[in-house]
Amino acid sequence: MKRTSQEKHINSAHKGDLVQIHKVILTPEQRPADLPAPTKAVPYEAWIKGLLLNKEAKIGDTVQIETFIGRQLSGTLVEVNPLYDHNFGKPRPELLSIGKEVKKAPEGKNREPSHEK
Amino acid sequence: MRNDTSYHSVMSRKNETLKASIGIDYQQFELSPIAFDYEGLMNSYGYSLPDIQRIQMETGVGNTPLVELKNITELVRSVSALGKGGRIFVKDERACPSGSFKDRRASLSVYHAARLGYKGVVAATSGNYGAAVASQAAKYGLKAIILQEVYDSHKVGQPEILEKTRTCEAYGAEVWQLTVGPELFYIMLLILEETGFFSASLYIPTGVLGIETLGYELAQQVKEQEGRSPDMVVIAHAGGGNVTGTARGLQKAGVHETAVVGVSVDLRGLHMASDYDFNRKSFTTAHSGFGFPFLTWPDRTDVPRNTARALRYLDRYVLVSQGEVFYATELLAKLEGMERGPAGNTSLAAAIPLAKELDRDQILVVQETEYTAAGKLPSSQLTFAEENGIEVRRGHPKGNIPGKVIVIPERIEQMRIEEVSLNGIRESYLKNAIEAAKGYKPAEQDILFLAEDSKSSAEFVRKTLNSFVITAST
Repeated sequence: MKRTSQEKHINSAHKGDLVQIHKVILTPEQRPADLPAPTKAVPYEAWIKGLLLNKEAKIGDTVQIETFIGRQLSGTLVEVNPLYDHNFGKPRPELLSIGKEVKKAPEGKNREPSHEK
Repeated sequence: MRNDTSYHSVMSRKNETLKASIGIDYQQFELSPIAFDYEGLMNSYGYSLPDIQRIQMETGVGNTPLVELKNITELVRSVSALGKGGRIFVKDERACPSGSFKDRRASLSVYHAARLGYKGVVAATSGNYGAAVASQAAKYGLKAIILQEVYDSHKVGQPEILEKTRTCEAYGAEVWQLTVGPELFYIMLLILEETGFFSASLYIPTGVLGIETLGYELAQQVKEQEGRSPDMVVIAHAGGGNVTGTARGLQKAGVHETAVVGVSVDLRGLHMASDYDFNRKSFTTAHSGFGFPFLTWPDRTDVPRNTARALRYLDRYVLVSQGEVFYATELLAKLEGMERGPAGNTSLAAAIPLAKELDRDQILVVQETEYTAAGKLPSSQLTFAEENGIEVRRGHPKGNIPGKVIVIPERIEQMRIEEVSLNGIRESYLKNAIEAAKGYKPAEQDILFLAEDSKSSAEFVRKTLNSFVITAST
């Protein structure tokens, strides 16, 4: 899902803040040759979260973090207090009436509470 | 050489890295360039079914309810031929600690890692398995690193996988959110080298043995509740572990007549390693993009020999469309009061047309459900699909086009399955086995292995291999 525009981005972080870093693992040239063209054309990238180890840092700085299991990693600071912004989606007109449709009794009869064997 | 972390260097150290991180010397089970001792590999850790049941009970995994879906059954009967419409039951695997049957796989692998003295576990997975490994690692006090293929190159992520990131982090794991590409395996090897952690691959023996309890339990529950065996068990199929483990569990319960049916969501035409196609699918697992390649060649994975070998156990393999799974998910919520994740309802979608084939006194078991949350819902997945240019509408499911159109059925009688020819799959598998053996001429033991590995006969294997020779020489 795309990031929503109303989010207020924080541009700097202090030691101990939860942050997200970005790393380019492989450049397009370093990626294996047998990939589909749209994949081969772009770098292989990673994002990892952890607590900032630098005293202070700004978005775009190269920083050190300590991950949730205590490992130290370095990368480019991309977000402070990263938000989980996946959601429940919009109400879907294609789904809204399904319940009503299937609860209509077949052949106009009321459905019995227990099935017959 | 270990400080050389380039792609080719890390990949060239694959075998030694995996040996150190799994603790199995796969070589000892190889019988020829084609055959290997499958049961020997499965038994190499020495866990019996009662051992596994005890281990799983200690962390609250398994013993999930078997629920009869009476209202869905009745709806199916209303559109079935006279006397038809089997009883549909579901194994509510959402009751496992992290919300899916994947806890069964993770529980045994993480237990094993802890027993061997590993400090942590690594798993490359975008699905429920990551949550399961992270949850079990929390229980055993181990560290967990989960590697997920989440984003395309514009950092747009599948809502279902973003939810998996959240839940893995909720269990205290270090999560690597990666872009699309098979280099997931490279980064896994690199991290295994750096950490010395255990590789909790889905395809090691414990990853499959852990699911045997699911097949065993459901057979026992049907027997206790109904005094008989199920006639059909319907299982979502991707990498093969779900089918393999469940079918082996049924056999261990003494159930041999039950039809084992595998189901995948039809995503044919979408390339699984394509940055472009990645966000044009609504299902990230249990789909044909895994289902076909893992049936026709199981040994394509992150271990030298895959213990998930679904072709050994399948009686039928069928496809359903994305729209039909969303429809089935709505039926389960609205008619049975069970709101569950769509991916876990793949087998339910197939069960509806399959139950129409059965007599009214016959029993069909849908062997899983999964938890639901933000991102793992028909509404969020369809919203995401539309944002990525997919048309969503009501209509006949035959109008579904993977990556272009999702059609939600208008009526239950439109639900259908597409039967995949298992003999066609078997021929592709045999072709791949011969190619992988690089010029080696199969001996009698290889013919028998191939027959067993493809649930066919020595006669079928010989006939098929002969046809390759004829094709090649004409």
